Amino acid sequence: MTLMATLRLALQALVRNKARSLLTMLGIVIGVAAVIVTVAIGAGARSSVQSSIAGLGANLIVVQPGSVTQGGARTGFGGASSLTPADGMAIAQLPDVAAVSPLVTLRTQVVAGGNNWQTIVNGVAPTYTFIRDWPLAQGTFFTQSDVTASAKVAVLGQTVVSQLFPDGNSPVGQTALIKGVPFTVIGVLAAKGQSGTGQDQDDTILIPYSSAMERLTGLTTVNQLMVSAATADSVDAVQAEVTKLLQTRHRIVPPENNDFQVRNLQSIAAAASSTGAVMEFLLAGVAAVSLIVGGIGIMNIMMVSVTERTREIGLRMAVGARSGTILQQFLAEAIVLSTIGGLIGVVLGVLGTSGVALLAKWPTTIPPIWIALSVGFSALVGIFFGYYPARKAANLNPIEALRFE
Amino acid sequence: MSESAVPVVRVERLRKIYTMGEDRVIALGGVDLTIEPGEFLSVMGPSGSGKSTFMQIIGLLDQPTDGTYYFEGKDASNLTPDERADIRSRRLGFVFQSYNLLSRTSAVENVELPMLYAGIPEEERRRIALEKMEIVGIAQLAKHAPNQMSGGQQQRVAIARSLVNNPGLILADEPTGALDTKTSNDVMRLFKQLNNDLGMTIMVVTHELDVAKNARRIVSFRDGLIVSDKPNEQLVGVA
Ligand SMILES: Nc1ncnc2c1ncn2[C@@H]1O[C@H](COP(=O)(O)OP(=O)(O)O)[C@@H](O)[C@H]1O
Ligand SMILES: [Mg+2]
Repeated sequence: MTLMATLRLALQALVRNKARSLLTMLGIVIGVAAVIVTVAIGAGARSSVQSSIAGLGANLIVVQPGSVTQGGARTGFGGASSLTPADGMAIAQLPDVAAVSPLVTLRTQVVAGGNNWQTIVNGVAPTYTFIRDWPLAQGTFFTQSDVTASAKVAVLGQTVVSQLFPDGNSPVGQTALIKGVPFTVIGVLAAKGQSGTGQDQDDTILIPYSSAMERLTGLTTVNQLMVSAATADSVDAVQAEVTKLLQTRHRIVPPENNDFQVRNLQSIAAAASSTGAVMEFLLAGVAAVSLIVGGIGIMNIMMVSVTERTREIGLRMAVGARSGTILQQFLAEAIVLSTIGGLIGVVLGVLGTSGVALLAKWPTTIPPIWIALSVGFSALVGIFFGYYPARKAANLNPIEALRFE
Repeated sequence: MSESAVPVVRVERLRKIYTMGEDRVIALGGVDLTIEPGEFLSVMGPSGSGKSTFMQIIGLLDQPTDGTYYFEGKDASNLTPDERADIRSRRLGFVFQSYNLLSRTSAVENVELPMLYAGIPEEERRRIALEKMEIVGIAQLAKHAPNQMSGGQQQRVAIARSLVNNPGLILADEPTGALDTKTSNDVMRLFKQLNNDLGMTIMVVTHELDVAKNARRIVSFRDGLIVSDKPNEQLVGVA
């Protein structure tokens, strides 16, 4: 018999027993749906971590002050006040460094246009827009000469604009009082949205770092140095170079006493996504077990079906079916059963995934390969667990089968 | 016809012994028989005399313990299961006491079944099946499922099914065993008609003399041996 004829026969046999066929598939359906949903959640989480880290900046390396011991108590990272703009300038001279920006952060009250708003003011260098890949929506960004002059100029994030200038007029040219100091608004940043940790990145004001240090914090140190490596491949090398340079500049021996910490977002991203991958594999493992349980269900029902259809098998053999043909037919039934179960599982899985995405506001992506994999695996489950009952059917003796009551 | 020289069935010293642990049952104790093309014979005998065993071996559903069997001139004593299946699908037709129809499958699909395994294309299967159903007089029931039919109608479906491959031999084991007298007579008349009009070679196994009397030749079994083999006197005069 041709493959098509065999499949059609299998389908007919299954349709003849609709309710039972559906129940038999249930294990596979649930297994595949579980695979799809878990993988979609895992992959979605991974890609959102990836994209939010990518959103922080291309090939970004972050240098933060280290911890210091004061009277026996160690502060956390950032406790030391050790990083200066001069460190940043030295780093900028290293090979493979595309850009460097100091970061001076303070949370303060801002007043403009008769409104006031508390926001995060970041003192940065003009390279910041490149490092964060953050374009302007209006106006201009400040320049190196603004930095040199510690100019009182500010660029506003979209949230700040909507809070301070709700009437929709352009804030460019207006004055904003930051911590009581009048700054002229020269530009507005494009909207950036939420960060990976759910913070509103648009709730910010950028000013020259020199202005922030001299006019607002009164400190000679900065909170962070942001370094952008020229290429993704050079990130590790730049990280090592930066470490070596700062050790020399800060006269640190031995290296355990570093008063700074150099972190590379690539490695943070990799760590985050590998945690995701472990979760994904665990969940996929659970799902695989349920597929196997589904397969055992198929085997069970196929055994019952072979027994019930003993006379039918005997008759088919008597009128000329070879035992190989009977084997094929029952195997085809098992495969059709498990594959249809797999397809229904995919549909339910996709629906379940969009349910999760909608209700839990969880990012999801379904890698197409997993759809192919789970349907393929279902078919394999059918072959594996269908083989034993099919062989039992094929090995029946037609005379005894015909006499079977 | 050159084929007329070759008997459909020729068995010599055919024996079948069933062994169940210590017990040995000699179901056939050395049977010689030849069936020529176009014959209509009945195999008679009390229960347990070996009729079914004989039919199963002739029908290549089983193998003899020893002896030789030539089917249509070819040695069929030692065939593989697949070789036997292939001959069953092309050259043999079976009718059983309990009809053995697939209950939730339409009559015409039941009739088509043997052609499925003989590799006959779909449209041709349908055409041949309907043609044979016409011959046995149940064409109007083609779409009905067997479980909506009377016993006589079901047996006609089974007979149509035995005809579809134009078999060299139709084997019927107690085909009227489950039918009332009138229906039983109808079915036997149908066999006669198939033999007379189409020249089908038919062997009917029965333990009832009334049924056996429809055939032209009556072979009687007892304890695994043929005890008589003679033409049906009643019919000889008529024919
Ligand atoms: N599969 C079998 N195993 C053991 N003994 C069998 C088997 N089939 C038939 N027999 C025995 O062989 C003898 C002939 O049986 P059978 O051919 O069915 O007779 P009949 O059809 O004439 O009633 C009986 O004694 C029966 O019990
Ligand atoms: Mg019998």
